[in-house]
Formats: sequence, structure tokens, C-alpha cells
Amino acid sequence: MPDVTKTAVENADPMAATAADAAAATGPAPQAEKARSLWGDAWRDLRRNPYFVVSGILILLLLLIAVFPGLFTSASPTYADLRNHYLGKPEYGKVFSAEWLGYDGQGRSVFARVIYGTRASITVGVSVTVLVTVLGGLVGMIAGYFGGWVDTILSRLTDVFFAVPFLLGTLVVLNSFTDRTVWVVSGALAFLGWTQIARVMRGSVITIKQADYVHAAQALGASTSRILMKHILPNAVAPVIVVATIALGGYISAEATLSYLGLGLPTSVVSWGQDISGGAQQIRTAQHIMLYPSIMLSITVLAFIMLGDAVRNALDPKLR
Amino acid sequence: MGRYVARRLLQMIPVFIGTTLLIFLMVYALPGDPVRALFGDKGADPTTVARIRHDLGLDQPILKQYWDYMTGIILHFDFGNQIASGRPVRDVLGEAFPVTIRLASLAFAIELVVGIALGVWAGMRAGKLADSLVLIFTLLLISVPVFVLGFIFKLVFAFQLGWMTPNVQDDTNYSQLLMPAIVLAALSLAYVARLTRTSIAENLRADYMRTAVAKGLPRRRVIGVHLMRNSMIPVVTFLGTDIGALMGGAVVTEGLFNIHGVGGTIYESILRREGTTLVGLVTVLVLVFLFTSLLVDLLYAVLDPRIRYA
Repeated sequence: MPDVTKTAVENADPMAATAADAAAATGPAPQAEKARSLWGDAWRDLRRNPYFVVSGILILLLLLIAVFPGLFTSASPTYADLRNHYLGKPEYGKVFSAEWLGYDGQGRSVFARVIYGTRASITVGVSVTVLVTVLGGLVGMIAGYFGGWVDTILSRLTDVFFAVPFLLGTLVVLNSFTDRTVWVVSGALAFLGWTQIARVMRGSVITIKQADYVHAAQALGASTSRILMKHILPNAVAPVIVVATIALGGYISAEATLSYLGLGLPTSVVSWGQDISGGAQQIRTAQHIMLYPSIMLSITVLAFIMLGDAVRNALDPKLR
Repeated sequence: MGRYVARRLLQMIPVFIGTTLLIFLMVYALPGDPVRALFGDKGADPTTVARIRHDLGLDQPILKQYWDYMTGIILHFDFGNQIASGRPVRDVLGEAFPVTIRLASLAFAIELVVGIALGVWAGMRAGKLADSLVLIFTLLLISVPVFVLGFIFKLVFAFQLGWMTPNVQDDTNYSQLLMPAIVLAALSLAYVARLTRTSIAENLRADYMRTAVAKGLPRRRVIGVHLMRNSMIPVVTFLGTDIGALMGGAVVTEGLFNIHGVGGTIYESILRREGTTLVGLVTVLVLVFLFTSLLVDLLYAVLDPRIRYA
């Protein structure tokens, strides 16, 4: 979060950017006697919000697991020993060992697969969110700032993409790819997912562009790109960040759903959706195969939605 | 009012054309050939393939195909025939939609009643225990993916307790559709509850509420009319767009409980590259979506007299 406070302080007072930089580098929150910016205020609020603290710690842990899965288990997620076929009644005494959560139908350690599956979910969630924010943000900003026929065309285009059923459209796109890597799945989700961000951004920019500082910048002859990037974007981005954070959890859930339906990630990628789908066939005899990936998936989605909720409450003074 | 509706209907035309064209392009312009798929893994005779393609009109330019398809739907209510079976798509639609409409309306009723009730209950007690309970409950509903929730329901209510059949055997029987409908409604229910809660909690502090209480109106009237009517606008927006989502988003739920509705048919058509069926089904879904959003806008004027459509 420190980078957020940094941009925030810059927005509040662009003339004193260097001083604020130094302040942001040493202490996370601006000094009390200074007029606090929206972001500084939000950060003070967030640090005291238990939902934010819990979800923040969870997300940091998940990121750590995604980047270094080897730190959490020494077992391999693809090592199969058929002697362990389904066998694994979970061994709750052996925490963090390969047999902790039992074995799946091919004798692979459920614990190792749960740990290694994190990477696929987090990668898809984060990359879809980045793609959607860039694409939707760009469309929304252009539509909102220029107005007129540009707005009409872009808004209708957004309506067109919004009217396509999200999951069904993504399935159609993915069905034509035989090699569905993490990036293909992310691209397909982003292809239909950007409309919400575009709408939020457009609404936000329309409000911001009437502000005095935008008129001042225009009167001073600043270039359009400068006005957009330096004046509009930093002030219009707050609602977009909120929507994007909440949506991130949804994209992780969507990726698992696609994998579950057989049109997401291939079986060669270790992913929760695949494991849940495989475990679902043994739901009456060996529930543990499905249970643990489901729990991890739900916790991950929960963490991002809680984070988004907390950020929204902090940024929206009406909700206080 | 009449002029507003007419203008909105006119504005719908480009969106309808754009969306159906987008779907058409997604189905036909992406790699993959439905005719080759008919032959399975075996090699196909190129002249036979070419003949079938010609008979189906698949050798025409894509925009010509789109034009023919759309004029067929609009002028003759003809959705074309299925590629593999040759069955009219109209019949397929006639079979799938009643099932999905039953399921979706049951889910919609659950989401409406339970969602709003939970939201009002929490909103009236903002910051208290009831409020936190509802918040945590809805957070859990949102974070458990639909297919996981479906399996939990199956495991607990069908296998362990034996209250319900694990699969729907008779899709005209509402008591069998109840479990799938709850699963389908769960996510939207959580959103409805949270939207209602936020809206109620915010409007409780509004000036007109203080006025209504000060006038000495009975509590039932203050809450039921003054507060509810003003708090329902964001909820109605969500509910409106959700009808289409419930019908199209039932792919997972229908698959889980073996219901042969729109979702299941669409999923099958995607895998078999049944372009005509797919485009037909999605076209109807898009129409549903466009008309419900018009309905929502008209409802605004009913809920908020300040909004007037000249």
C-alpha cells in the first residue's frame, strides 16, 4: 500500500511532490496537522479496519504461496503413486506433509496440489484485472472526456459487449482454442469483462472534468494527454480501483468455473478448478479430494472481496 | 412516456444488431468447423464437406450469413436448423426456454424475498450484531463459487439427509426445482441483501424520514412506504439486469442437477459447434436482457416521482 499513499500525496499537492515523496517514504501516513488527501484519509481508515487487516494478510500469504510454492510443501503436485489411490484418509496429525490432506484418484498429494494450484488462480485473477482495468479505463476515460459522438460510439460499443452473457461468451471464445494457457484464459475473460470498468470510469471522468483544476489546466494550454494523465486519471481512478479489486475475486471464481466446465485451463496445469471438477466425481466416497481445493478457492475469493469492500468503505465518505 | 419508450426502443436496435453480430462473429469467425466436427476424428471427403457447407450456407461471406440469419428470425421467426440433426432450432428453443423460465423465476422469487428481507433486517440495525451476521453470511455466499455450493447442497441435502433427489427428474415439479433454484439464486441473493442494506442504512438518516416520523406516521408506514420506496432504486436496477443473468448463467447449475434448459443446451452447442442453435439461444437471451433493462428504467419513474420521462 505505500505506493498508493505516495500517489495520493502527490495529487493533493503537486508543487510539493518531492517533499511529500520523502514523507511517504519515511512514514506511511501523512502528518496530522497537514490537510489530508482522500487517499491519506482512506489509508488511516483502512489500517484500523479488521476486515482490511485480515484480508491483507491473507492476500500476502496467498501471493507468497503463488510465487514460492516450494516453501510450503516438499511434495510434488504431479508425483503420482497409485498405491495411494484415493487411499488418503486425511492424516491430520501430519500437518504440512504430503499425506496431510490425503491423496486423489491417481495417488497425488492433495495438499501439494492445493498449494501449487494457487499460482494459476492468482495469475489469472491478477492478469484479467490488469487487462480489464487498462482496457476499460482507457475506453471509459476517452468516452467520458471527449463526449459527443466519440462517447456515443464507445458507450454503444460498451452496451454491445455488456449485453453478451459473460460466462457463455467466454466459453464460446475458449472453445476455439485448443491450447488454453493461463494467458489465453485471461484474455478470454478480459475480452467480455472490461465493460463494467469502462462504465465506472466514464461516469467518474464526466464528474471530474467539470472541476476547476481541469478548466485551469485547459486554459493554461496543457495538452490533452497531459490533462488526462496528470489531472483526470489520478482523481477519477478511486471508484475504478474499488470495482477492480472486488472483480478480481470474481475472476478467480470464473476461472475455476471454466476449468470445472472443461473449457478453462488444461489438465496439465495444476489448478483448483480442475481438481474440484475431478474430485466431484468421487463426491460420495472421497470428499476430501474436492473439499480442500474448494476451501482454498473460497478463501481466496473471500480475501479479495473483503479487501475491495474495505477499500470502498474507506474511499466513500457517504458510507461512513 | 410513450415517446420515451419509443426512443428507447429505437436506441435498442443498434445494440441488438451489434450484440448479435458480435456473437455471430465469435461463433463463426473463430477457428473450428462444425461440418468437419460432424465427421469426428475420421478423415472427411473434401467434396462432401464442400457440399454440406454449401447446403448450410456456410460458404457464403460471414456478413451475408448474418444478414440471412437475422432476416429469417425477424421476418419468418425462423431460427434455422441444427447442423447435426437438422431439427428446427425453434423447436429446441421451445423445449429449453420453459424449463429455464421455471427455474429462473423460482430463483428470482427466492432472491427477491430472502434478499430484500435480509437487507432490510440488517439495514435497520446497521452496526449491530444482526448487521454483521448478514454481512458475513453474504460474504460467504459471494465467495463460494456456484459449483462448489451446488455440490455442498447435493452432498448434505440429497446424500446425507435424503431430503431431495440429487438430480431433477421432472422439471415441471417445483419442489424438485427448489434446490437448484436456491443454488442459482445464492450469489444474486447476497448482492440484493447487501445493496438493500446499504441503501436502507443510508436513507434512514434522510430528512424525509425525520419528517415522516415527526408527522407522527405509524412506524409501519414510515418503513414500508417512505423508506422502502426510496431504498429500492439500486436494488431494482440490479434485479432487472439479473433476470437475463439467471437465465443465461444457469450453465453450471443446470449441469449439476441434470436440468435440460437453456444453459445446458448452450453448453452442448458450444462443444459441438452448433452455431445456429447457439446464436438463436443467445439472441433470445439478449432480447430478454434489453427489455428488462427498459423495464427497469420505467420502474424508476414509479419509484421516484422526481424522475419523469417526457
